[in-house]
Amino acid sequence: MDIFAQQIVNGLVLGSIYALVALGYTMVYGILELINFAHGEVTMVGALIALAVIGALLGVAPDLPGILAVIAGALVAIPACMLLGYTIERVAYRPLRQAPRLAPLITAIGVSIILQNVAMLIWGRQYIAFPPILPQATFQIAGAQVSALQIFIVLLSGVAMAGLWFMVQRTRLGRAMRACGESRETASLMGIDVNRIISTAFIIGSALAAIAGLMVSAYYGLAHYYMGFMLGLKAFSAAVLGGIGNLGGAVLGGLLLGVIEALGAGYIGDITGGFLGSHYQDVFAFLVLIAVLVFRPSGLLGERVAQRA
Amino acid sequence: MCSAKALLEVSGVGKRFGGLAALSEVSLTVQAGEIYGLIGPNGAGKTTLFNCLTGLYDLSEGQIRLAGEAIQGLKPHAIVQRGFARTFQNIRLFANMTALENVMVGRHPRTRAGILGSVLRTAAERREEAAIREAAHFWLERVGLNAKARSLAGHLPYGAQRRLEIARALATEPRILALDEPVAGMNPSERRDMADLFLRLRHDHQLTLLLIEHDVKLVMGLCDRVAVLDYGRKIAEGSPASVQRDPAVIKAYLGGHAA
Amino acid sequence: MISALRARPRLNLALLAILLALLPFIAGELIGQSGVRMLDFALLYVLLALGLNLVVGYAGLLDLGYIAFYALGAYFYAWLASPHFGLHLPFWMILPMGTLFAAAFGLLLGAPTLRLRGDYLAIVTLGFGEIIRIFMNNLNAPVNITNGPQGMDLIDPIQIAGVGFTGTHELFGLTLPATYLYYYLFLALTLVAILVAYRLQDSRIGRAWSALREDEVAATAMGINTRNLKLLAFAMGATFGGLAGGLFAAFQGFISPESFNLMESILILCMIVLGGMGHIPGVIVGAVLLTILPEALRYLGDLQRATLGEVIVDTANLRMLIFGLALVLMMLYRPAGLWPSRQRQRELTAKGEVAIHEQESLADVQR
Repeated sequence: MDIFAQQIVNGLVLGSIYALVALGYTMVYGILELINFAHGEVTMVGALIALAVIGALLGVAPDLPGILAVIAGALVAIPACMLLGYTIERVAYRPLRQAPRLAPLITAIGVSIILQNVAMLIWGRQYIAFPPILPQATFQIAGAQVSALQIFIVLLSGVAMAGLWFMVQRTRLGRAMRACGESRETASLMGIDVNRIISTAFIIGSALAAIAGLMVSAYYGLAHYYMGFMLGLKAFSAAVLGGIGNLGGAVLGGLLLGVIEALGAGYIGDITGGFLGSHYQDVFAFLVLIAVLVFRPSGLLGERVAQRA
Repeated sequence: MCSAKALLEVSGVGKRFGGLAALSEVSLTVQAGEIYGLIGPNGAGKTTLFNCLTGLYDLSEGQIRLAGEAIQGLKPHAIVQRGFARTFQNIRLFANMTALENVMVGRHPRTRAGILGSVLRTAAERREEAAIREAAHFWLERVGLNAKARSLAGHLPYGAQRRLEIARALATEPRILALDEPVAGMNPSERRDMADLFLRLRHDHQLTLLLIEHDVKLVMGLCDRVAVLDYGRKIAEGSPASVQRDPAVIKAYLGGHAA
Repeated sequence: MISALRARPRLNLALLAILLALLPFIAGELIGQSGVRMLDFALLYVLLALGLNLVVGYAGLLDLGYIAFYALGAYFYAWLASPHFGLHLPFWMILPMGTLFAAAFGLLLGAPTLRLRGDYLAIVTLGFGEIIRIFMNNLNAPVNITNGPQGMDLIDPIQIAGVGFTGTHELFGLTLPATYLYYYLFLALTLVAILVAYRLQDSRIGRAWSALREDEVAATAMGINTRNLKLLAFAMGATFGGLAGGLFAAFQGFISPESFNLMESILILCMIVLGGMGHIPGVIVGAVLLTILPEALRYLGDLQRATLGEVIVDTANLRMLIFGLALVLMMLYRPAGLWPSRQRQRELTAKGEVAIHEQESLADVQR
């Protein structure tokens, strides 16, 4: 087995999940110039709700095909997260839109903590296992082992991103979103209901986050009230890497960050002569973030302002 | 009055935003002690030029010299340090600080107290604080605002805010002060007062003034020389009277108020 | 020293001094040793909150990894005064070095990020806090630097004039357990910190910080080197954190990465938001309130056990939930805090003009 190829595959799978979450950060930032700190927690809520539904279904009907249970979980988690995203914006951000910048940042942190602790109240502190209901088949591709789940994650992310791209580029709603990204004031003078567009950005971002949360818990086989924090931090780094506010950038940044992390974790032991091991994996996202901020604050695709939504 | 010494030399300055050239090949020279006017239709690039001169924008090309020293590429605070202060078109005071505190902030580049001096309240630091306060009162007095020293900047009436911004800029001890539409929105008598203030400042403090203004009457009465910008280019320069007759200028304003 | 009392007769100040001097005895009498420990921790948190207030309240920079400086100060103390490396330097050497060590890290982190917009800083500091914790957790192999998740123990207590702050001492005819001695040491250092904070606030540097917070573009046009001033605020904040960390290590005798998680950073942020950003008395009140609150919540746990027969809502959980709610509700309804300074009250409740101004300023800075 080729370790390099294997790490690339693992990185791309993880990266496509990061990309989905990064899209949520970047959509909101593109319109509001606000970092929605609570976005990572939305993925966590999505994962835990989906798992609860799957668990309940399997309890009632143990013979239910795994795929169906997962789809049912997603069908509950996605609308629940959409509602959550909408509520967060209405309650915590909208009243502060005219306030100094520090204010919405602080409420965003508050919302994160509330979501984490409510999740802890409901689901407890322990890790919740993802039941082994999905097909376990693996394939040999270019020297790497690829599981059916990995293929499924990449495909589904691709479909979700294509859907988003189509919506932003080809529909009236998408056009309105892009207009708000250019200038909220001008857009509202053109008769666009800016509040509705902002809500929509939160709702769509949250739907993507729910999907990503479900994927992460299926991929790692567990979910936890604290899982959203690191995922959020990494996805945000991915969004900055690609150029925050730029949808294509979020996808590129997500994939790239996934690969960097996987390669870094795979080789850090060799590079440092065993001094640092793979448990430093979480450090890479952060180093990438700092490096981007220092050398190219606009991100990889930062200047293509016209494309942002 | 005008000594023939060039204080500010701008040569071949250009600024592009993406594909859009906001300024191209602008050259002008301001003599020490001059009141130099910068006029032109809306969007001609006057404020952009100010932002380039004071370091808020990086130049795309060209050179700027202040008293012979190249200042392009310097950070805004370094340019202030070298004696080039400015005001803003859309008044930018520290709205929640008092008028006095605003002007005291202006003393920043001319004072030195650091963390250690401030924490230990050394004799030097206390002397400096007292001097800062005194200087701030002096400049407030100069613009006629000393009675309002304790008022919040944000609560002052519009005209007083304009004056406060000037006092704050003066506190940095500039050789040249760039004023971006200092009398916009004022009535004729307030405008006359401001024009008098400018003349007094030049006379008492050997100050050189660079002035963006829409009020052509004020510019014509006050300025020694005037440059006209249009579409980011300098289309005319000279005495107010000669500029007023320049066909290119008349065309630029399309028979507007300058003609 | 405390501005609210400045204008009043000296009597108030004298009463306050007597109260502060007697406080450990009162707490010891009413609650016992744990009460005095609580006071000690309250003072440490006041130190931390004052430090973070320099960064967030004065300079307007949101630092979400502040606890990392506390951690650095604590580990620094432990490295130089425990059997771990066999070093046992005196505290008066370690504490100043530890604060410089923390400040150096502040500069290291601040230098690349402070020229960027505030919200990036929030994320980067958040990451930094986590990274420091990850390193503390994992730097036990191959070279054992931090002893990993087990943490480091047997850290030397503070020793002044031959009196080790451990066990119980008979001084001036009084029986003083170590917690009392720490109380007076922390109190003295806290008073110094308050003085420092006040002097910074009313200085050239403090004015420049205010200007920076109000309008960065105008500040730079006044000749203020915004980047250096932000760095200075950051490093000063880190200094307070590093000092508190060293004291914490000596007081506790044991440290582990657990004590330095993100929630601690959030807790300190809560203290200053609740009390009143930028207002020293408010910040102190916020810190004391939020140190005592969890203890009060413990009774809620007992109450649940007594009435319901079991603890349904974990009190640690409840505590964080309340902090989260407090952050949101304070920002929505009382953004200047419970005891705000006059200036911040105006600023944080300002809508319209000032806020629009601020947005423009940021757009300009972005270029």
